[in-house]
Amino acid sequence: MSAGVSAVTMPKWGLTMTEGTVVGWLKQQGQRFAEGEEILEIETPKITNVVEAPSEGTLRRIVAQAGATLPIGALLAVVAPDEVPEAEIDAFVAGFEVPEPSAGEKAEAEGIKPRDIEVAGLRLRYLDVGEGDGVPVLLAHGFGADLNTWMFTQPALAAARRAVALDLPGHGGSAKEVGAGDAESLTDAVEGALGALGVERVHLVGHSMGGAVAALLALRRPDRVASLTLIASAGLGPEINASFIDGFVRATRRREATEILSLLVHDPALVSRPMVEDVLRYKRLDGVTAGLGKITEAWFGGGRQSLDLTGRIAELAMPVQVIWGRDDRIIPVAHAEALAARLPVHILEAAGHLPHMEKAAEVNRIIEEFVRG
Amino acid sequence: MPQKSIRQALNEALAQEMRRDPTVVVIGEDVAGGAATEGQRDAYGGVLGVTKGLFAEFGEARVIDTPITESAIMGAAAGAAVTGLRPVAELMFSDFFGVCFDQIFNQAAKFRYMFGGKAKTPLVIRTMIGAGRSAAAQHSQSPYHIFTSVPGLKCVVPSNAYDAKGLLIQAIRDDDPVIFCEHKLMYDLRTEVPDEPYAIPFGEANIVRDGDDVTVIALSRMVHYAGEAADTLAKEGIECELIDPRTTSPLDEDTILDSVERTGRLVVVDEATPRCSIATDIAALVADKAFAALKAPVRRVTAPHTPVPFAPVLEKLYIPSPERIAAAIREVHGYAG
Repeated sequence: MSAGVSAVTMPKWGLTMTEGTVVGWLKQQGQRFAEGEEILEIETPKITNVVEAPSEGTLRRIVAQAGATLPIGALLAVVAPDEVPEAEIDAFVAGFEVPEPSAGEKAEAEGIKPRDIEVAGLRLRYLDVGEGDGVPVLLAHGFGADLNTWMFTQPALAAARRAVALDLPGHGGSAKEVGAGDAESLTDAVEGALGALGVERVHLVGHSMGGAVAALLALRRPDRVASLTLIASAGLGPEINASFIDGFVRATRRREATEILSLLVHDPALVSRPMVEDVLRYKRLDGVTAGLGKITEAWFGGGRQSLDLTGRIAELAMPVQVIWGRDDRIIPVAHAEALAARLPVHILEAAGHLPHMEKAAEVNRIIEEFVRG
Repeated sequence: MPQKSIRQALNEALAQEMRRDPTVVVIGEDVAGGAATEGQRDAYGGVLGVTKGLFAEFGEARVIDTPITESAIMGAAAGAAVTGLRPVAELMFSDFFGVCFDQIFNQAAKFRYMFGGKAKTPLVIRTMIGAGRSAAAQHSQSPYHIFTSVPGLKCVVPSNAYDAKGLLIQAIRDDDPVIFCEHKLMYDLRTEVPDEPYAIPFGEANIVRDGDDVTVIALSRMVHYAGEAADTLAKEGIECELIDPRTTSPLDEDTILDSVERTGRLVVVDEATPRCSIATDIAALVADKAFAALKAPVRRVTAPHTPVPFAPVLEKLYIPSPERIAAAIREVHGYAG
């Protein structure tokens, strides 16, 4: 077998993924590509994502056609230099076997389950993965979301360090009581969780409302925060799409939820039916609507953001960066642009309010480089 | 998330609603559980174990055993509902509705209207449906279409434990009488069910699987048979969109029509007899409102218009099978006009 013949296989994104569906190929058979170029789109139970080329090469053979649903690790395509003969590609395809996970990998996969901790009498769910010498990362999701929003982010960051994703009070698998539901109370919960998890110093990554919570925690405990990454963050200006917030709180049916959730992304086709179903299942739980209502009132009462940390963020001594989607329809990209003179600001094209899901590889790269220091 | 059976999911829904709201009471034959050894009155937890533990926790004022008289159970429950309680009454076999239909059909269903909106009737009637246990013609029917046809009643026909819990909680909180139909062969069927209480709105179908070729509508146990058929057909390259309406009244017409507008082909699967049935009702709905989208005749896969046979071989033939469903889907898919 010649060197340089490699397989493109079905990736595993997030906890619940066991198989994926090939949506379509973005490169033709026989086409050359550079490292990092997008090769194909895969639909997962949550959202559609692109697979990027791990290195440069030629897409010699497409094995899985659009529409095929295959288990993780299944062969999707063969990449090899142009000079490798066709017969060898045939042999590679014929000889390919989905690698059986080792006992250790199986045990690890079994062990990767969200757990609960108690913080000030409140049950909080978290997912703790990865180990290594690096300072741990804590991921804080946005309004109405949960730790699964980090399904593409957390595994990448966990390669070199501990990466913890938390469900905020009132969200995901955490208790549905939110207390006052305001910025201070949510920040208390995250600070308490860090203590309970024995995390001394941490890189904070926050999305939307979770960004504002991360920023408040960094202001409160600068000694413990190594860096701050704000993704499409709240707390950086008064504007917010109030009809999204209200619609999200009100939606009980698939049709209205689908319409509302499509506001989150640049390409509405990314919002899959299982993603909508997950949101509805969460929203049906007793206490969720009341909790979200309280949070809405405290954070976004009157259709404006009540928290503006723009001035105070300049006081922070640790590295701070901002990531935003150009087409964000929830919090305007202008909030990021206004900070560009003072902080590193990454604005991603063709992305909406979920750049960490819509442009996962790019966002992962930006965060990995940043936390590596 | 924990896996629970339909039996556990229903039990959890009852217990959680009884804890939340002291006006929720359970009434019926053997709901306290049936006496066994002395001092253990809920040994069985009802004939199928659904009410296990309720008597011990809530006592005899809220878990009320009755004589074998359906008319008294339904009459008492309807009266209790209209005077401030939220009774969950058990009609053990739906086949027995005939002896208490005045209380359901002409009383509970009509109170809101007869009293000019001044009365509400938050009554739930849990009842078993379904063939498959050689229980013969008087204990094997699926008459949810009869309840569906009565204005003033709502009708729920769940197919899995997640839906069973959320729909029963919604039924208890609903201010109108709800007939809640449990298939007697599905109590042990398990799926992921949250520990927390949650309510699923009525009139919101569940899309069990997505597909662009043929729309398949099924209820209760038939959802699983239709799912098996869809698995087989997927290997043949036919992608079914499988829709479980979950409630037959109200019926989520939009989800059904949206799907048929896209696929142009419809198969309806129903364990009940075909005349004036849900299958017939949905076929008529689509003929009426989506005729122009249809590329093939609508096919119904149902029981025949006969009583349910006792003989196991005949009963097996009587119930729509995954093979019969698959054959109907193939025919509708291959129809060229």
